[in-house]
Amino acid sequence: MNHWLIAPILLPLLCGAMLMTASRSPVRLVRILSASSVFLLLLCAIYLVMQAVSGEIQVYALGNWSAPFGIALVLDRLSAFMLLVTAVLAVFVTLYALRGDDRRGRYFHALLQFQLAGINGAFLTGDLFNLFVFFEILLIASYALLLHGLGPARIRAALHYVVLNLIGSGLFLIAAGLFYGIAGTLNMADLARFVAQAEGDQLYLLEAAGALLILVFGLKAAFLPLHFWLPRAYASATAPVAALFAIMTKVGLYSILRFSTLVFGEQAGAASGLGSSVLWILALLTMALAALGAFAASSLTSLLAYLVLVSVGTLLAGIAVGTEAAISATLYYLVHSTWVIAGLFLLADIIAKQRGELGSSFKVGPRLFNPYLLGGCFFAAAIAVAGLPPFSGFFGKILLLKAVSGDAAWQLWSVVLVAGLIGVIGLSRAGSLLFWRHHAAESKAAAMDKVAFLITVLLLLSSPLLVVFAQPVISYTEATAAQLLDVPSYLQALRLEEAL
Amino acid sequence: MELLVALAIGVLTFSGVYLILRARTFSVALGLTLFSYAVNLFLFVMGRLHTGKPAVLSEASSYTDPVPQALVLTAIVIGFAMTAFVLILALRAHTELGSDHVDGAEKARPSGEIKKALAKMKQQKRKRTGATR
Repeated sequence: MNHWLIAPILLPLLCGAMLMTASRSPVRLVRILSASSVFLLLLCAIYLVMQAVSGEIQVYALGNWSAPFGIALVLDRLSAFMLLVTAVLAVFVTLYALRGDDRRGRYFHALLQFQLAGINGAFLTGDLFNLFVFFEILLIASYALLLHGLGPARIRAALHYVVLNLIGSGLFLIAAGLFYGIAGTLNMADLARFVAQAEGDQLYLLEAAGALLILVFGLKAAFLPLHFWLPRAYASATAPVAALFAIMTKVGLYSILRFSTLVFGEQAGAASGLGSSVLWILALLTMALAALGAFAASSLTSLLAYLVLVSVGTLLAGIAVGTEAAISATLYYLVHSTWVIAGLFLLADIIAKQRGELGSSFKVGPRLFNPYLLGGCFFAAAIAVAGLPPFSGFFGKILLLKAVSGDAAWQLWSVVLVAGLIGVIGLSRAGSLLFWRHHAAESKAAAMDKVAFLITVLLLLSSPLLVVFAQPVISYTEATAAQLLDVPSYLQALRLEEAL
Repeated sequence: MELLVALAIGVLTFSGVYLILRARTFSVALGLTLFSYAVNLFLFVMGRLHTGKPAVLSEASSYTDPVPQALVLTAIVIGFAMTAFVLILALRAHTELGSDHVDGAEKARPSGEIKKALAKMKQQKRKRTGATR
């Protein structure tokens, strides 16, 4: 048993607990502790990816209780991949927060660590109820992080976010209870085995429970009828928090992907592909409406929040198709969208700081200090996020469009291309207003924080790097997709294969 | 007993959902509490209903399922903490936004004074047009 599997959960949890007690100690100590924790987390994630590359699925039985009875952590290619995406994002977010944003509330670093523990746990666990617990950990931390810095706008957004997610938690428990009541197990692999054999009334109840779960994950992922909380929450959050939240919608999408391939995958017989036709329509509608929202946004941060929604729609479309090529393309697009949108949130903060009281709202303001530098950076990032060549967004979309065939192809092509066009118009409107139209007066705000800008640029550089290193990344995502669809070997790793 | 428990869960969920859909934060918080009671009961019942059977290993030949009980404990702890958090958040929202509406502000309906002023303006206009005629 490889004990490193639990390190991505324990490390931030311990560090967070230490930071809670150290809230009165000097700022430098807190910052060093937090930064070293995320760097160690990054090393740990790299090690786990190297472990997962071989294709062997590793299982960590907590308390040494074997699979269906105890809680199992499972490391496959997908989990390792998501851990790495999170860890890289966490490093940049923490470094950016060290430039001053962490002083706006007392427990920022502790909450960040708890949030990371929750996210990593959700990616690693192989148990449904354990997934609920990790969801709660990451949600509770996110409630407090969203409120970081306070102010009426944040409180208003947080109230909606908290109430909606509490209802979601209740529904999650009902679904978990139904699964347990029918199947008598909460282990996801064991559930897969049970669902494959279920028939009659049992099957209907299991499908109802599965649909409830997709609803709950959809609330986290924020696709169409469940997305109303997102624009306001992301637009009002502090910049590092908004950047970290770029991974939050992906936790929901990850859970949908995991569930739809493992429990309701091809081997599930009558229940296979549960809800994928509905998800497909919702994905297309999400993309279209989010693009319109981006077009009508009244500030740069809310424009970015709607772009998060566009990426959610695109990713969900890939998951709904569910073929090997589509899942691989989805994963490639997932890395790109997480890192680039997080970078854009940080960049928006730097721009907003130079505009003084106007912030990132689309009103003609004073001249920026570094219009060419910031403008050039925004231009490149906008191209990347809108999905134009030569950056990674373009290749992600091309891969996804190529993976879809038949009737679905023209639907996806038209929606993705039109949504992309509307997004480009929205972004160019934002850019021309922020950088080209200004009063004669110079800005009275403080000069640019060069280190923060460097951190942002490094995060945005991930987009060209994803293009340069596309070959290894895509071969990894292809192997991941193949492994996801190979459910019997997953069951074998947990020693549950006999009955299937 | 099954019918009674099912009815209890149903009534609790019904009242919870009704209260959650109200516009005031306090009734939403109450609704969330009722809903979490319903969920906890439901989880508990998923281990099937038994009377007088032990949940831990002893000399008895049949047991109640201990797993749902453990799950319910976890759910109760989390639900309780979250209720406290929602109440604090609602109080904070009330002091900061000056309203206990869930959207932070009342819907922009013309208030009584504005209505009166509008009616007055209309009357004056009518008078003026009447005078020119």
